[in-house]
Amino acid sequence: MIQKAALSNGDEVMTQQDVDPVIITKIVEKHNKDRGEIIAILEEIQTEYGYLPEEALRIVSDKTKRSLVDIYGIATFYRLFSLKPRGKHLVCACLGTACHVRGAPRIVEELQSQLGIQAGETTADMEFTLETVNCLGACALGPVVVIDGHYFSKVKKSGIGQLLEKARTGFDKIDIAKDKRIFPIEVSCPHCNRSLMDESFAIDNHPSIRVAISFDHQDGWLRLSCLYGSYNISTELDVPMDTVVKFNCPHCHVELPSTSNCAMCKAPMVPLLVRGGGIAKICSRRGCKNHMLDVL
Amino acid sequence: MITLKINGLDVSVEQGTTVLEAANFLGFPIPTLCHMEGLSPYGACRLCVVEIGEGPKAKLVSSCTYPAQEGLKVRTASNRVIRARRMILELLLASCPQSKTIQDLASAHGIRQQRFRQEYEDCILCGLCVRMCDEQMMAKAIGFRGRGENRSIGTPFDVKSDVCRTCGGCMYICPACQLRCTYNEPEKAICGGCANLTPPCLEKEHFDDMMCYMDPCVACEIETKTDK
Ligand code: FES
Ligand code: FES
Repeated sequence: MIQKAALSNGDEVMTQQDVDPVIITKIVEKHNKDRGEIIAILEEIQTEYGYLPEEALRIVSDKTKRSLVDIYGIATFYRLFSLKPRGKHLVCACLGTACHVRGAPRIVEELQSQLGIQAGETTADMEFTLETVNCLGACALGPVVVIDGHYFSKVKKSGIGQLLEKARTGFDKIDIAKDKRIFPIEVSCPHCNRSLMDESFAIDNHPSIRVAISFDHQDGWLRLSCLYGSYNISTELDVPMDTVVKFNCPHCHVELPSTSNCAMCKAPMVPLLVRGGGIAKICSRRGCKNHMLDVL
Repeated sequence: MITLKINGLDVSVEQGTTVLEAANFLGFPIPTLCHMEGLSPYGACRLCVVEIGEGPKAKLVSSCTYPAQEGLKVRTASNRVIRARRMILELLLASCPQSKTIQDLASAHGIRQQRFRQEYEDCILCGLCVRMCDEQMMAKAIGFRGRGENRSIGTPFDVKSDVCRTCGGCMYICPACQLRCTYNEPEKAICGGCANLTPPCLEKEHFDDMMCYMDPCVACEIETKTDK
């Protein structure tokens, strides 16, 4: 849960960029087992670019040996696909029968005036795209508005400003102070058992966890938030995304011995002894948010 | 062989024959619009409705797509069929009143008036041109796009298709636009080819392998007019 939250927090919907034939070819090859997979291919391209670029469709037609008309027909048939770049946030208002009688047209009007665009358009700053759909299958909850995959039921005209504001900051931002899923832990080195807590350096208003890290012949310190579920860190090294780093104890200088690999990216998981019993494991790959807590 | 009854007459046809073909074999006229020999049946216009079955189970089906079945009882001109057909024609007439083909069909069915708002569409989405382009011309340059109200026929991205050979087959077969060629209104043209190319008849050697269906050819007419 937290995982996904943080992921969708950091992810950016890409807009207007050059189509890389290599990426498209890879996607096509992955799915091109039978004719029916064309939708899967288009879906994946859309996730990659946020929309279906013309160039990409031409490559798909070339690679799948299907005519461009067919692919274009599919791309324009399904509401899911867009041939125009979409904004960072997708606002989808239901205009189905049930929502309609419950006042959805007024909701759409309000959305249009607040965003300054018509349905089907994208704001100039590429922040919002407004679309309408005909029934989301949640008629009893109408009027329904979906923003970035989050469903909002019985939406009122007066609540729209607030919704859009929340969308801007991201629905998944975790309020560290209030969220009960987040709690501080105190950890120590599993080898020498000395505490790794650093009172002198606070992250998230709590003492941080200090470890030494090394990668590529560089060493330095890394401080992690001690809040279980927070990913805030601070380090003196510039660790590129996706590098696997080695974690050492700052006291005994022994490498924190990994006993398992990350289920998501296969990098070693680094164990930290939790005071009060248990082992917290964090993935040693920069950018991978996998972590777990084994309570003994 | 399959034996079925059409308007009370027994007829034996081969497996895979459609009701329309069987009726034509017996000589019962069924009007069609989106059907053409040599193109796969599509069932878009519903003009070829017939009634099958009996009593309360009787229902209307489109004969061009309905396969003949053993013991099937078909009526090609019952009251119900005639009523439905006239309604369909009225609706077609409302959406495309300028089409000569539809006007002729309507008058043949005694329709002098229609009661709906006239739309003056230039396409009834019968799909004839799409099938022509695909099945006879092997080009697949045009196709259906969008859906519902926004469904339309045209080339991908509304630009001239690389696979269109400007054969004119789509215009030849179209029952709705009696213009044949939209040379002077390129934005309305289905393939737009004629607007971007010199008409084939003027530079024959470039298009040796081309099958030209434009008859009368607007390009030729324009050419001869300006000559004089
Ligand atoms: S009408 Fe809006 S969810 Fe069904
Ligand atoms: S001719 Fe049968 S539906 Fe058009």
